[in-house]
Amino acid sequence: MSLEEKRKYLKLSGLEPMIVSANTNFINVGERTNVAGSRKFLRLVKEEKFDEALDIARHQVEGGAQVIDINMDDGLIDGKDAMVRFLNLIMAEPDIARVPIMIDSSKWEIIEAGLQVVQGKCVVNSISLKEGEEEFITHAKAIKRYGAAVIVMAFDEVGQADSYERRIEISKRSYDVLVNKVKFPPEDIIFDLNIFPVATGMEEHRRNAIDFIEATRWVRENLPHCSVSGGVSNVSFSFRGNNPVREAMHSVFLYHAIKAGMNMGIVNPAMLEVYDDIPKDLLEHVEDVILDRRDDATERLLDFAETVVGTNKEKTADLSWREEPLQDRITRALVKGIDQYIVDDVEEARQAADKPIEVIEGNLMTGMNVVGDLFGSGKMFLPQVVKSARVMKKAVAYLLPYIEEEKKKNPKAAQGNGSAGKVLMATVKGDVHDIGKNIVSVVLGCNNYEIVDLGVMVPPEKIIQTAIDEQVDIIGLSGLITPSLDEMVYLAKEMERKNFNIPLLIGGATTSKAHTAVKIDPQYQNAVVHVNDASRAVTVVGDLLNKRSNQKYVGDLKEDYEKFREGFLKRTKQKEYLTIEEARKNKYTIDWSSSEITKPHTLGIQVIEEFDLKKLEPYIDWTPFFRSWDLHGKYPAILTDEIVGEQASSLFKDAQELLQKVFDEKLLGAKAIYGLFEANTVNEDDIEVISDSEKFEFKTLRQQLKKHAGKPNFALADFIAPKEFGKQDYIGCFCVTTGFGTKELAEQFETDHDDYNSIMIKALADRLAEAFAEYLHKKIRKEDWGYASDEQFTNEELIKESYKGIRPAPGYPACPDHLEKLTIWKLLQVKEKIGVELTEGLAMWPAASVSGYYFANPEARYFGLGKIKEDQLKDFAERKKIDFEYAKKWLNPNFIE
Amino acid sequence: MKDIKKILEERILVLDGAMGTMLQRHKFTEEDFRGERFKDWPIPVQGNNDLLSITQPEAIKEVHRLYFEAGADIVETNTFSGSTIAMADYEMEELVYELNYQSAKIAKEVADEFTAKEPHKPRFVAGSIGPTNRTASMSPDVNDPGFRAVTFDELRIAYKQQVEALIDGGADILLVETIFDTLNAKAALFAIEEVKGEKNIDIPIMVSGTITDASGRTLSGQTAEAFLISVSHIPMLSIGFNCALGANQLTPHLEVLAQKADFGVSAHPNAGLPNAFGEYDETPEQMAEQIKEYMDKSLVNIIGGCCGTTPEHIEAIAELAKNYKPRQVGVVV
Repeated sequence: MSLEEKRKYLKLSGLEPMIVSANTNFINVGERTNVAGSRKFLRLVKEEKFDEALDIARHQVEGGAQVIDINMDDGLIDGKDAMVRFLNLIMAEPDIARVPIMIDSSKWEIIEAGLQVVQGKCVVNSISLKEGEEEFITHAKAIKRYGAAVIVMAFDEVGQADSYERRIEISKRSYDVLVNKVKFPPEDIIFDLNIFPVATGMEEHRRNAIDFIEATRWVRENLPHCSVSGGVSNVSFSFRGNNPVREAMHSVFLYHAIKAGMNMGIVNPAMLEVYDDIPKDLLEHVEDVILDRRDDATERLLDFAETVVGTNKEKTADLSWREEPLQDRITRALVKGIDQYIVDDVEEARQAADKPIEVIEGNLMTGMNVVGDLFGSGKMFLPQVVKSARVMKKAVAYLLPYIEEEKKKNPKAAQGNGSAGKVLMATVKGDVHDIGKNIVSVVLGCNNYEIVDLGVMVPPEKIIQTAIDEQVDIIGLSGLITPSLDEMVYLAKEMERKNFNIPLLIGGATTSKAHTAVKIDPQYQNAVVHVNDASRAVTVVGDLLNKRSNQKYVGDLKEDYEKFREGFLKRTKQKEYLTIEEARKNKYTIDWSSSEITKPHTLGIQVIEEFDLKKLEPYIDWTPFFRSWDLHGKYPAILTDEIVGEQASSLFKDAQELLQKVFDEKLLGAKAIYGLFEANTVNEDDIEVISDSEKFEFKTLRQQLKKHAGKPNFALADFIAPKEFGKQDYIGCFCVTTGFGTKELAEQFETDHDDYNSIMIKALADRLAEAFAEYLHKKIRKEDWGYASDEQFTNEELIKESYKGIRPAPGYPACPDHLEKLTIWKLLQVKEKIGVELTEGLAMWPAASVSGYYFANPEARYFGLGKIKEDQLKDFAERKKIDFEYAKKWLNPNFIE
Repeated sequence: MKDIKKILEERILVLDGAMGTMLQRHKFTEEDFRGERFKDWPIPVQGNNDLLSITQPEAIKEVHRLYFEAGADIVETNTFSGSTIAMADYEMEELVYELNYQSAKIAKEVADEFTAKEPHKPRFVAGSIGPTNRTASMSPDVNDPGFRAVTFDELRIAYKQQVEALIDGGADILLVETIFDTLNAKAALFAIEEVKGEKNIDIPIMVSGTITDASGRTLSGQTAEAFLISVSHIPMLSIGFNCALGANQLTPHLEVLAQKADFGVSAHPNAGLPNAFGEYDETPEQMAEQIKEYMDKSLVNIIGGCCGTTPEHIEAIAELAKNYKPRQVGVVV
C-alpha cells in the first residue's frame, strides 16, 4: 500500500505516544484540570496551591484520562502565567506527563505560551472562524509550526452552529481552509460540533442531539482523516439532579455518536451507565429524546424520570412538599427561595409558639442554617442565597408587628436577641457603587448578623459616630473607584485615633490584598481584612467574632499582612523607572506624514434624550453581570456550565424578565452627551481641544516604568497629532447614563423586602450603561466621526473591542486621573445638559454611567499607566495648575516614591 | 548536483565520524586554540573546538578530507556548540555567525573538491546543530521542578542565528542532533521553518535524538515513538538516533523508527560504550559487524559514527553499506 492511500491517524504524544486509529476505542479527555470545569481546581490555582492542583491531574490520568485538558481562563487568574507554571510542573511528573496535553484557552497568547513549554505533541483547544478567516489561518499556521493538533469549533462569523446544516457548512469550510490554504495535516484536525442540551422543553432544542450525531457522521464520511470530539454532559443538562436519567442519556448519546464516528470527548466516567445495563423502558424513553423519535418524547421522559429511583425532581406543579411537617416546609421555602407560602407557614408557626420571636430564632434560623451550610460547602450559589434572604425578610416583616406588640405587653421578656453580631456596612465618601456591599450585607444577614447599612457616599464622621452609637462589632467598607482607597486609609487612621478595637473589613473592585496590607493595615492596630467575595465574608466575620479564638486569628492576620507587605515592598523595589524626560523621549511615535486622519462628519456637541433602551439589548456584555453575583465563567458557556450552569441559567432568566419589564415599562432613563472636536497635542503630553473657539486642555500621564528595548512609554497624547506637525487632528469625549430611576426602583424593591431584585436592577443598569457606551462608540465610528463607516462587527467582537480606535475612561488604567472628568464635564456641560453629576470623590451619579474620550487613530490602543514618579507628578501639577499635594492625593494609587 | 532525496532512494548514504576524537590527536594547546586573533581573549578558550574553524581551519579541513576519503557522502560542520547559548561559556556570543559561516564554508570547499574529482558520488555538507547546554523542559534545580534555565524563544532566537549562518556559509543539509530534550529540538525546527520562509528556500533537515540509557528514553523522558511523533510536523529528510549508546544498544529503538517513520532513518552511534578511562575502544571491524545487523534488517537510510569513531570506522561501514539496499521510505513494513 502506498503512502498516499494509507489512512492517516491522529498521533499525539506526551512522554509516550497516543495514536487514534480505527481500532482505538473512544479517547477520553480529562477536564478536571480546567478552571471552568472544576471549582476545586480553580480554587487551588487561585491560591497557588499547584502541588494539590497536580494531584488532580495525576488522579485523572490514573483514572483513565488519555489526554488532559488544561484551562486557566478566569478573570482573576493571570492565565498565561498559570498555564506556563502548571505545565512546567506537569513536565516534571512522569506519571502525568506520559499523556498528551490539551491546551485550552480562548486567548491566543495563553495557547502560544503553553505550546512553548511542552515537548510532546499537544492539542490546541480551540480555534474557529468566529473572528474570520484571516485570524483562523494565522493561528493554524502557528499551531502547525509548533507541531500540535487542533480542535476546531463549529463557530463562524455568524455564530455557533446549532443545526445539522450549519455544522456541516462550518466544518467543511474550516477543513478546506486548513487543508488547502494552510496545508494543515487533515489527521491533526478535530472538530467540536457543539453538543447542546435536549429535553429542555423548547421546540428548537429537540434535534440538538440527533443533529450532532448526523453531522458527526457527515464529517467523518466527507472530511477525510479528521476526528470529532465534544463535551458529553451538556446533552443531559435539563435532567440535573437526576443522575440515573443523566447517566442513561450520556450512554445512549455516546452509543449513537460513537457509531456515527465521534472518537474523542469529555466524559465523566462516574456519570456513565453501561448501555446494556439501562433498563428497557428507560432506554426507550431516552432514545426517543436523543434521536427525536416522537413529538411528545420530552414530556414522556419527564414523566418517566419521576419514577426512576433516587429522584426528587422539582416540578412547579409538584406541591407534595406542602404536605410535609411545618419545619420542613419552612426550611424548603428558604432553601429553594419560594416565597408564595411563607406567610402562611410563619403564621402557623406563630400560633404554635409561645412568643413570636421564637419563630425567628427557631423555625427560620433552622432553615437559614441549612442555607448557610449548603452555601459554605459550595452546594448553593450566591443568587440562591439572595433569594433565600428575600423569603427570610418577608417572613420577618410579617412577624415584626407581633413582636412589637409582645414587647409592649412584656417589655423584659421580649429582649431575646439571637443576633450573632452587628456589622456596619458603608460605601465610603465620594463613591456610589454598592452592588457588592449589598450582596455581602444580604449574605451576612442570612447568617444571623444584624446589618447596619449606611448606604453610599457616607462621610467618615458618620461611620465613626454610628459605630459608637450602635456599638457595632465590625465595620465593613466598600468602594469601586480609586479615590475610595484613600478614604479607607483615612478611616483606618480615624479608628486608631479614636481607640477603636473592632475589626475593619475592606472590599470592592479596586481594593486588593496588596493595597490593604501596604496602605491600610499599618494604620490600625486591630484587624484589617481584605474580603472580596461574599462567601468568604461569612467565615471571616465568624472567625473575627469568635470570642474563644479570635485573638489568635487576629494575631495571625496581622502577621500574614505584615509578611505580605514585606514581600510586596521587596518586589516592587526592583523595578526601574525613567525620568519623565527620558520617558517622553521613548514615546510611542505615529508616522504622522502617512497616518490618515479622518475629519469627523459632525463637529460639536450632541445630546441624546429619550433613548429607547431596547436598542441596547444586543450590546450587553453578560459575563461581568454573572461575575457581580460571584458566578465565574464566560457567557453564554456559563449557562451550561457543569457546576454553576443551573444557577446561572436561573439568574439569567430572572434578569431577562426584569430587563423586559424595564424595556416595556420604560423604568430606566437613558441619556447621552458627546462631542467631537478639533485637537492637537501640545507640550508633549497635553491635548489642546477647541470647542466653539474656546480652548480646553486634557492633561495626560505617561508610563515611566523602564521598558524592554523597543517598547515605548505610552501616554494618550501620543495618539493625537502634535501641533508643531501642522496637521489638524480630532478628539471626542462623552458621557452616557442609564441610571435614572435605578435608585427609586431599588428602594421600591427594598420596601418589598426584595434585596434580590434591588441588587438585580443595579447590576442591570450597570450593564446597560456599558452597552450604551458600546452602542454610542459604534455610532461615532460609523456615523458622527465616520472613520470606520464600513466596519462590520458582531456584538461579541464589539465586546472584545476588536474595532479601530479606543474610548478610555478617566479613572481607568490608561488615564487614572479622575480630575480629568471635571474637564469633560466643563467641556460638554454634562451636568447642565443631561443631569449626570460628579460626587466629591468624582464618581458619577447616577452610578450606572460611563464617561471617557474617543481616540480614532488606528494605532491608538489601551494600556495601563502603571506607577509614576515624583518628577512627573510635579510636572503634572504645574501643567494642571494645581497644588502638588492635591495632585498627589488624587494620584496616590499610581504614585511611587 | 543530484538531489540528495533521489540518491537516498538509491543507496545507503554514509555520514562522517567523530570530529572531537580526531582533533584530540593534535593535542592543541591554549595558544593553538587562540591563534593570533584571540591571543588576548580574557578567558581560557581551550576546548572550544568550534573556534578551531577560525584559528586552525586547515586541521578541520583535514578531518573532513579524511572522512570523505574513507567513503563518507556527508560531513558535519564543526559547529556542534555554535549557538549563543553554548558559546556563552567562552563569552563568544558575538562570534556565532562567523563561526558557523566559516565552518560551513571550509567544509563546503572540501566537499566541492571531492565532488569535482568523483562527479558520480557527490559530497554533501550537513550543518551540525547541537542541543546547547540548557534544557527547555527540565529544571536544573531538583528543588524547583517548575524552574527553567532557558525559554523556547531564547532557544529559537539562538538557533535561528546559527541556522542562517550555516545556510549562508553553504551547508546543503541541516542536522539537528544529539537531542536530549525534544522541546529544544522543536525550537530549532521552529527557527529553521522561519528561516526557510524568510529566505524562501527549501533545505533538507535531518533530526537525530539521543537515547541516554537503558530505559530506552530520551533524557527528557520520551520513548522513541513519542519523540518521532513530537517532531513529525516538519518535513524531514531523515530521523534517527546518535551518541550515548553503541550500535548494539541502539537497535531496538531504530526498529521503532524504521517501522513508524514516514521519513528516512539515520543512525550514528558511538564506537561502543566508553571504558573505564572514558575511551571508546570498539574497533572498526567490531562496529561494522553490529551495523551489519541494521543493514540485514533494512533499518537505515543514513549511517555514520559519533563519539570515538574514526575514518577507519567509517571506511569499514562504507564498505559494508555498498552491498545493501536502503530501507524503503513510506512503506509499511
